[in-house]
Amino acid sequence: MALKPAFVTEVQEAVRAHAKLLPRGGGTKTALSTPRAEQTVLDMTGLSGMLEYDPGEFVFVAQAGTPVAEVEKLLGQHGQYLPFDPPFVEAGATLGGTVAAGLSGPLRQRYGGVRDFILGVKFVDGQGNLIKGGGKVVKNAAGFDTPKLMVGSLGRLGILTELAFKVFPFPKATATLKVTFGSLEAALEALYKLAVSQFEFYALDLEAHPATLTLRLGGLSEALPVRLERLLGFLGNPAEDRRLVLEGEPERGYWRGVNRLEFGEGYLVKIPIQPKKILALETALSTQARCYLSAGNLLYLNWLEPIAELDSLLKTQGLSGLVLRGSTSHDVTSLESPFIGVNLEQAFGNRVTAALDPSRRFSPEP
Amino acid sequence: MSLSANPAGLLADLARALPQERLLSQPAQLTPYESDALTAFRARPCAVVLPETSQEVLETVRLCAKHQVPFLARGSGTSLSGGSLPIDGGVVIGLNRLNKLLKLDPQERIAVVQPGFINLHVSNAAAPYGLYYAPDPSSQPVSTIGGNLAFNSGGAHCLKYGMTSNHVLGAKVVLPTGEVVELGGESLEGLGPDWLGLFVGSEGLMGIALEIRLRLLPKPEKYHTLLAAYDSLGKAGEAVAAVVASGLLPGAMEIMDSLAIEAAEAAVHAGYPMEARALLIVELEGETPQVEAEAKYLSEVIAQSGPYEVRVAKDNDERMRIWKGRKAAFSAVGRLSPDYIVQDGVVPRSKLGQALSEIERLSHQHGLRVANVFHAGDGNLHPLILYDGKIAGELERGEVLAGEILKMCVALGGTITGEHGVGMEKKEYMPEMFTPQDLEAMHRIHRSVDPDELSNRGKMFPSGEAPALSHGAHPLEQAGVISRE
Repeated sequence: MALKPAFVTEVQEAVRAHAKLLPRGGGTKTALSTPRAEQTVLDMTGLSGMLEYDPGEFVFVAQAGTPVAEVEKLLGQHGQYLPFDPPFVEAGATLGGTVAAGLSGPLRQRYGGVRDFILGVKFVDGQGNLIKGGGKVVKNAAGFDTPKLMVGSLGRLGILTELAFKVFPFPKATATLKVTFGSLEAALEALYKLAVSQFEFYALDLEAHPATLTLRLGGLSEALPVRLERLLGFLGNPAEDRRLVLEGEPERGYWRGVNRLEFGEGYLVKIPIQPKKILALETALSTQARCYLSAGNLLYLNWLEPIAELDSLLKTQGLSGLVLRGSTSHDVTSLESPFIGVNLEQAFGNRVTAALDPSRRFSPEP
Repeated sequence: MSLSANPAGLLADLARALPQERLLSQPAQLTPYESDALTAFRARPCAVVLPETSQEVLETVRLCAKHQVPFLARGSGTSLSGGSLPIDGGVVIGLNRLNKLLKLDPQERIAVVQPGFINLHVSNAAAPYGLYYAPDPSSQPVSTIGGNLAFNSGGAHCLKYGMTSNHVLGAKVVLPTGEVVELGGESLEGLGPDWLGLFVGSEGLMGIALEIRLRLLPKPEKYHTLLAAYDSLGKAGEAVAAVVASGLLPGAMEIMDSLAIEAAEAAVHAGYPMEARALLIVELEGETPQVEAEAKYLSEVIAQSGPYEVRVAKDNDERMRIWKGRKAAFSAVGRLSPDYIVQDGVVPRSKLGQALSEIERLSHQHGLRVANVFHAGDGNLHPLILYDGKIAGELERGEVLAGEILKMCVALGGTITGEHGVGMEKKEYMPEMFTPQDLEAMHRIHRSVDPDELSNRGKMFPSGEAPALSHGAHPLEQAGVISRE
């Protein structure tokens, strides 16, 4: 059963009327939006639309069910963008779903992830109260930072209804350099060198097979050629057959492709990581499709085997993961929890969860 | 204090847990801890504890919980909102001795520090590797990372890379109940609700950070620092809007008005154009070819904004001189007036002109001078209300004026505090921003973590306690050691 509220008051009524609720945006992350037996789905796409946007402020306020694509289109008309670069834009991801899942994309390398750009939030708590936190100016230190708290909350602390974000101007021009290396070790070494260098990257992605770094530069078009040249020099001028420069539409198309995180059949899993842990993890992986974003801090991994195997692998590597979606052959309804690997639960979290949702309406467990 | 509080029992237990010289309870020993940089408020703690290890902090918190005596952690006491004001009869846990750099990993661009580690020392330690710690409150030569974390400190360079919260990756925390938890992690990315994000900026109400993991950034290759002088504050404000509209993203944009210029000039001889009604500082940073190209656009935008003089720092010395004047402006205002009140409300950037006109009108109406030095790029105002505490009625007029400015910030769509925090000073203005229901939800979160409200009791939430009685410069500020944003 799914309810589709059109007003915030209807969200509040739904919360008061149902014992177990699961808010859903665009449904692009099926492992997070597929209900368990007793859960009533709250389709949030009825609460959609931009509420405030003054391009001169570099801030906007929108309803949580607003598709990211709609937001990006409007921002793009004013040369602006969402610097945290949420994935699944074409597939219909919403702002609320993106925040609740806590997802960012390759461009997070430049200025930070979704937690670094969320300014304000309105949400309905487990008792049906509409609560506001944060604000709609770029700097604010008043009260608890509940907007950040909601990042990655999976709808378990409250149902997001309204969100305010900081945005930035999109660079006037971009160019992407792909460089392949003889080994993963060599690629990682270059990644480390680049990450502490004075080069500023909009994206710094690593692929394992073949070992490749994908570097995106952005800025004024007149400065790009010399910056590219300097960068190639810094990398020891890799041979022609080891490098590829993308510009213009092919470049933008490449990044739209990355945004889809479309790896075919399997479970798609988000894994926060650090570059120093990549080599050890890689020895345990084989042909799984995967991409390390943001200088080796964020892994999107496609997993074809039973999820329990990845769960144990992550535990042995000291990592945690969040299953985002499955596929026809990889069913998400049988997942015990989308969280796998090292358990991140702690007393602080449990206490705050109980404060916001005392009746456990948003908890998937009975 | 709750009825069951047992300070005598606590003191006896503390005396067993800590050596005598690190447990202060004599009146003469307690006096220096009675207030922070907001000297208006004073309160006498029952004891000051100076732990040297995390274990001693933990022990102290657990003993406070056992005896139901409130406590607060204090770093260097530079809070401008009274955030580190002692709780009357409570315990002050002075963390300055927990000042170790536990780990510096330049390759992973991470520093792990104890809470008493000083902000500027992080950048100093990272400098040999070409890295730095971005948040730069003006108190950074003395303020500690623990205090920065508790109040989500800002600074002049928040425009691009954000505030303290955007640079803390993880923290080991002792909750007010004595439990120890790890929040956040090692990666720039995380999973699950952002518990760390909630903890940072919670003003000490949720416990004490024992170890803090910070992210470091590579130092920009090139800075381009421009100073433009205007014959009106309005023109400087419009110039900021024009720079933002041009699509440039400077690292900092700061404005000073004539009173602030006069004060800064008298204090540090920055060489500012003295007759200017407003000065705008814009700083670009990044890769050299990019900054050089941006600088041309910036010059065009600034030229069109009608300045009567424009200077560009030719070298690092000139850059530092420009910033020295700006960073010293607050304490320098002390030369113009015996007392002043500072606020840090934020307005949307497009409302800066309107806000400044309104401040000017309020200044005339209340017959008090107001100097303005602010982070224009963020819309973060810093009106300094000048008054003389020895003249009857001036303080009260200043308080009224300060309150009207805060309400104006909220009415224009902004906030009562951009970076100093609510603390003691602005808690009565929280209802201007939040509904009773919003505040009740924050209270609920608070009590779930600290059921007995022991940790920094009495801060942030409105309570109807007496408002400020006097404002003046912190002794360190008068001595020119620290300055305010």
